Amino acid sequence: MNSLILAEHDGHKLKPATYRAVTAAQRWQSPVHILVVGHSIAAIAQEAAAIHGVARVMLLDAAALAHPLAEDVADLIVRLSRAYQVILAPHTAFGKNVLPRVAALLDVAMLSDVMTILGPKTYVRPIYAGSVHVTVESADTVQVLTVRASSFAMAATGNGAPIVTLAISAETSPATSYGVRWLGATHNVSGRPDLVSARVVISGGRSLGSTAQFQAVLAPLAEKLGGALGATRAAVDAGFAPNDIQVGQSGVVVAPELYIAVGISGAVQHTAGMKDSRVIVAINHDADAAIFQVADYGLVADLFEAVPALTEALK
Amino acid sequence: MKILVAVKRVVDSNVKVRIKPDGSDVDVAGAKMGINPFDENAVEEALRLKERGLASEVVAVSLGTAACQDVLRHALAMGADRAILVETDLQLQPLGIAKLLKAVVEREQPGLIILGKQAIDDDAGQTGQMLAALLGVGQGTFISALEVLDGEIRVTREIDGGTETLALRLPAVVTADLRLNEPRYVKLPNLMLAKKKPIQTYNAAEFGIDASPRLKQLNVAHPPFRKPGIMVNSVQELVEKLRVEAKVV
Repeated sequence: MNSLILAEHDGHKLKPATYRAVTAAQRWQSPVHILVVGHSIAAIAQEAAAIHGVARVMLLDAAALAHPLAEDVADLIVRLSRAYQVILAPHTAFGKNVLPRVAALLDVAMLSDVMTILGPKTYVRPIYAGSVHVTVESADTVQVLTVRASSFAMAATGNGAPIVTLAISAETSPATSYGVRWLGATHNVSGRPDLVSARVVISGGRSLGSTAQFQAVLAPLAEKLGGALGATRAAVDAGFAPNDIQVGQSGVVVAPELYIAVGISGAVQHTAGMKDSRVIVAINHDADAAIFQVADYGLVADLFEAVPALTEALK
Repeated sequence: MKILVAVKRVVDSNVKVRIKPDGSDVDVAGAKMGINPFDENAVEEALRLKERGLASEVVAVSLGTAACQDVLRHALAMGADRAILVETDLQLQPLGIAKLLKAVVEREQPGLIILGKQAIDDDAGQTGQMLAALLGVGQGTFISALEVLDGEIRVTREIDGGTETLALRLPAVVTADLRLNEPRYVKLPNLMLAKKKPIQTYNAAEFGIDASPRLKQLNVAHPPFRKPGIMVNSVQELVEKLRVEAKVV
């Protein structure tokens, strides 16, 4: 039996989370296949084929799949599922949208946000905003799971796995039967590294005070360190930062080499998304802030003075 | 159009969850319980659609023990018209919940089903998608905006790096992001009124559905604590530590 990974890409490039999912899939010691779905994605299939540990790339390239819908991708995976004992995707908005649908159609349980794979059916995953880790064993014959990208290393490249092109047919073309139409998308372009895979993340809380100050205080430091910007839910709700950079229980989970928390109180809903970072720095004017309990280096200071000073000192 | 909203009873988000001494499970005895925050957004959205004349009835449904009545009362106090409790002592997991919800949908025939995008206890985030799959309908997950048009809805979904807009034919299943709306406060008189609204109870066994757990919990543990950090007194000292000790800049 084989393992199937649903590739995550943006239409141009394979996302780093896919390379990490390949590492996770090695745990089953069975051939790993990657499914790449989209339109004009031959180059992405080549990237997938180059990942070490990949035995086969399955490519479905169709104009109607330029913006793959969960309904179509789930049906496709279910049709391919007979050959697989493991179906896995990174725990991203795309994976979270598709895989529960696959699991329900296969009548199997699903494991979300898996951090450790202990055995072929045994996993560790976070519950209660990561304040508790639970070890669970699945009773199902097919394992369907999303994996936390930051918990698994990037797989190496240099491989040349065969690419199998799936034929477009009534079977594989998107079903209009569900009555779902893709209308459009907006993408926040920052020019900074991808938040999930960035080496450095600078995050801000509501005490930044405004969108302008959020940018003015944090962006130069992010620039200096080649880092990505993150935010708390409070900062997102206040409109200082876009939703897709929210770090925490209901947002993105990151584990960079360096995480700098600026003006962040340290609620468990936020720390759930960053406490596995290698080095955590907290800058907050409140000496009693909970964030200092997870920080390696804490500085009690006015962020409007300390952050520009830090940026300057790093020059 | 009738809207069905699923609500889950969970440990309050401010509670620090304890673990039983034998490590078999979390210890939530006596902990403050309440409606899952994302489900509160789901109820709020249904009520707003009704208030704008776009829905005729809002029905809240919960699954679990009789204790779940309190979150149904909360939904009723917010303004839901009636409530359904599917009673069971089973330890419910997303697939079982989706199967039971499907049975409720088949009885109620709602035009739209709204759920929270995840529950803050198990953080699974699966039930809405599973329900949509079992019903064979379209899904709009992690939505931050919803618009009702003639026979279809348009939703804005939160995706990695931005948002996406979909049109969904009804019936459909959508799951609420916290950004969808700001749930109203429940006023005390409404809480009193809610006690008079009906809660219809089904015994889950009546549905003849196998909702037993597929995942066996082996143990729970708190994640290892980070080793205690240090406080620095100045930006200069911080830079020094990051360079020399942590070697990260």
